[in-house]
Amino acid sequence: MNLALKLLPLVLFLTLAGFLAKGLTLDPAELPSPLIDKPAPEFTVELLPEGSGELASSSLDGKVWVLNVWASWCAPCVQEHPYIVELAEKRSVILLGLNYKDEPGDAQQWLGRLGNPFTYVLDDRLGDVGLDWGVYGVPETFVIDKLGRVRYKHVGPLDRASVVDKLIPLIDELEREPT
Amino acid sequence: MIPELGHFALILALCTSIVLAVVPMVGSISGHSGWMAMARPAAAAQAFLVSLAYACLTWAFVSHDFSVLYVANTSNTSLPLIYRISGVWGGHEGSILFWCFISALWTGAVAVFSKALPQVLLARVLSVLGIVSVGFLLFVLLTSNPFERLFPVPLDGASLNPLLQDPGMAIHPPMLYLGYVGFSVAFAFAIAALIGGQLDAATLRWMRPWTNIAWMFLTVGISLGSWWAYNELGWGGWWFWDPVENASFMPWLVGTALIHSLAASEKRGVFKAWTVLLAVLAFSLSLLGTFLVRSGVLTSVHSFAADPTRGLYILLFLGVVVGGSLLLYALRAHKLKSTATFELVSRESALLLNNILLVVACAAVLLGTLYPLFVDALGYGKMSVGAQYFNAVFVPLMLPILLIVGLGAMLNWKRDKLTGRSTPLAILAIASILLAALLSTQLLSFRIGAVASLAMAIWVTSSTVYGIVHRFRNKRKRLSAVMHTPAAFWGMSIAHMGLAVFTVGVALTSMYTEEQTVRMQINDTHEVGGYGFEFASIEEVRGANFNAAEATFNVRQGDRDLGQVVAQKRFYDVRQDTMTEAGIDAGFTRDLFIALGEPLDRGTAWSVRIQTKPFIRWIWLGTIFMALGGLLAACDRRYRRVGVRAKAGDVASAKESNNTGLGQRPAIASMAASSTDNASSPG
Repeated sequence: MNLALKLLPLVLFLTLAGFLAKGLTLDPAELPSPLIDKPAPEFTVELLPEGSGELASSSLDGKVWVLNVWASWCAPCVQEHPYIVELAEKRSVILLGLNYKDEPGDAQQWLGRLGNPFTYVLDDRLGDVGLDWGVYGVPETFVIDKLGRVRYKHVGPLDRASVVDKLIPLIDELEREPT
Repeated sequence: MIPELGHFALILALCTSIVLAVVPMVGSISGHSGWMAMARPAAAAQAFLVSLAYACLTWAFVSHDFSVLYVANTSNTSLPLIYRISGVWGGHEGSILFWCFISALWTGAVAVFSKALPQVLLARVLSVLGIVSVGFLLFVLLTSNPFERLFPVPLDGASLNPLLQDPGMAIHPPMLYLGYVGFSVAFAFAIAALIGGQLDAATLRWMRPWTNIAWMFLTVGISLGSWWAYNELGWGGWWFWDPVENASFMPWLVGTALIHSLAASEKRGVFKAWTVLLAVLAFSLSLLGTFLVRSGVLTSVHSFAADPTRGLYILLFLGVVVGGSLLLYALRAHKLKSTATFELVSRESALLLNNILLVVACAAVLLGTLYPLFVDALGYGKMSVGAQYFNAVFVPLMLPILLIVGLGAMLNWKRDKLTGRSTPLAILAIASILLAALLSTQLLSFRIGAVASLAMAIWVTSSTVYGIVHRFRNKRKRLSAVMHTPAAFWGMSIAHMGLAVFTVGVALTSMYTEEQTVRMQINDTHEVGGYGFEFASIEEVRGANFNAAEATFNVRQGDRDLGQVVAQKRFYDVRQDTMTEAGIDAGFTRDLFIALGEPLDRGTAWSVRIQTKPFIRWIWLGTIFMALGGLLAACDRRYRRVGVRAKAGDVASAKESNNTGLGQRPAIASMAASSTDNASSPG
């Protein structure tokens, strides 16, 4: 066996170590949405409170809008809600609250207690809309541009940094885009 | 006060380890006997200090000292005593200290049981072990100090993850660590051999029991993990090819190759470079496993709290230790020349072939485990690798391994012919296939995979039995021959049969498990796999630190009443975790497995998962036999005789110069003994 062959284990190990080092900078739990830059899944849903009518996603064409997936049974939603209220105060973007797998009565109570920043509250008690959007946890927040494409997905509760440093600049940028 | 004492002891232990790592090694190269003589006392001092530190942490746990941050994160006043003791290794910091503790114990043990070893060799071995200790102690002190204080002191702790509050789980980490760290002994010997440019039979003989014992512990540890997963996770699965499981399995595969390569190297002087490489790889994989579990590089249900800083430290440590040893291997392995040859048909060939297969299997598992990382690092997105890959790759490698296990144990060393025994071989082979087909059709239903696996298992068992019968066939005094057979032979036979038993369990459970998930209300009955399950009752019960919904099922098989099975859904007080405690009706030929799912319709019904699992106990029974075989092999009298013979040689060599110092006189004396052993049988 010559030296080259004997060096092979070392070479393989160093390659592996290189990958491991790169791996330390990555987050394996981070799952990018396959919807990014793709058209947003269409929906037509009833609004809450019940009897307020319905909303079709096609009516939002030409506008920038934000979809926040929430539920009254979701604990982190309570934490992020003040920041959504803040977002509504700082920008006049269309804010849709998708009430996911929830009871309308509980949802109304929750909003009454914590404040309702949403332009529309959508009734998704069976989770069909969430299914189309690839929702696998609550809360999640999507930003959609004027052409109806999903441009950003935030998994988990929002905090001040993500609203101020990510969402608001993105919304401003999307508003500047032509229709 | 006591935690500070523990912290201080750790710092002292680090200083001692640095001395141990440097002084004897330098002494072994410069020939300075006094420096080499420091190895033993330094090892003993390190063992004492680390043990003291560990005892202090245990005391903090047992006495509910929540001013220690680690105790506050891991323990609780309502935690039973046994889990306060086992909880010490339940979190990251404590488990790394536990690793240091086990490492110090092994190093100390090597120092104590090594009177027969030449001084130069011992100095190098203990120094290498010292280097490993330095690495881990630095890791603890710099990044993972379990003695950190918490102020203000909380009234109560966060408690131990309920998944860990189980006896099997409690001793699973110690068993694993004894295995991982035990491979560091073989590693140290390998490095010492590379540095010295020699690996003689006496050294190899010394290495074998230590490596066998480490392997035994690792086998038990992995088996316990599987056993625990089956009992506690509520899915009825026993192996998930999870990255952390794979991290323990890879050193085991290479460790198995190592113990067999050691046998060939010791008895026949072959494969020395290969043995050294395997020893380095086995320990490297143990270290790699530590990295994978704690760095956050892979997602796993198992991993400790991920911390890239810690990951970076371990990676650097890995680079130094593994990179350094592989470089040393590349430069020095050519000095470890084989002193014998062997034919194509011989036990050496069989061992070599199986070793290659084992290493290939390990590489396949490594590839699958790290593939998500490779894909992500190269920018190709996110991918996960599941059980289908591992089963598709691993099972086809196991079948030839099993074939050779049966064959190899029957072959003689150096040179053998298949023609002489082709008749018995053919009979065994055909009998295996027929018996497997018959059993599988009669007991269950015909499936080719089950038949193939069963045939292999029967082949291994029958060849092992044939080997035993053949060994005693020509002996006149049979009983005396049996009594004088080396323990190593029985160890090998039992371990190989354990492998066969394990294969039966795996094959039959994988192929013939029947499972149904159904909605059941009180008095509902459901049939699965020929057994009837009636949901008899559900009630709230209170445990030591949990509330549970307890369901009772009546089980029948046809007309026979098989009694009751109880399943629980537990809700732990402190951490608010939910856990499934499956109801298992255990049997030698099958388990009945019932797990509660979720309450439905506001608790009037439950989703229940019912499974029948044929021969699943054979999986762990097989591993018990394997571990037992390893233990028996390590207890062989030959290893204990080295002490007596080499002592005489040691005195003689002390009068000579000690530069080569690998004890040529004792080596020759003991090699003579080993060839006497070999002459009696192909054992």
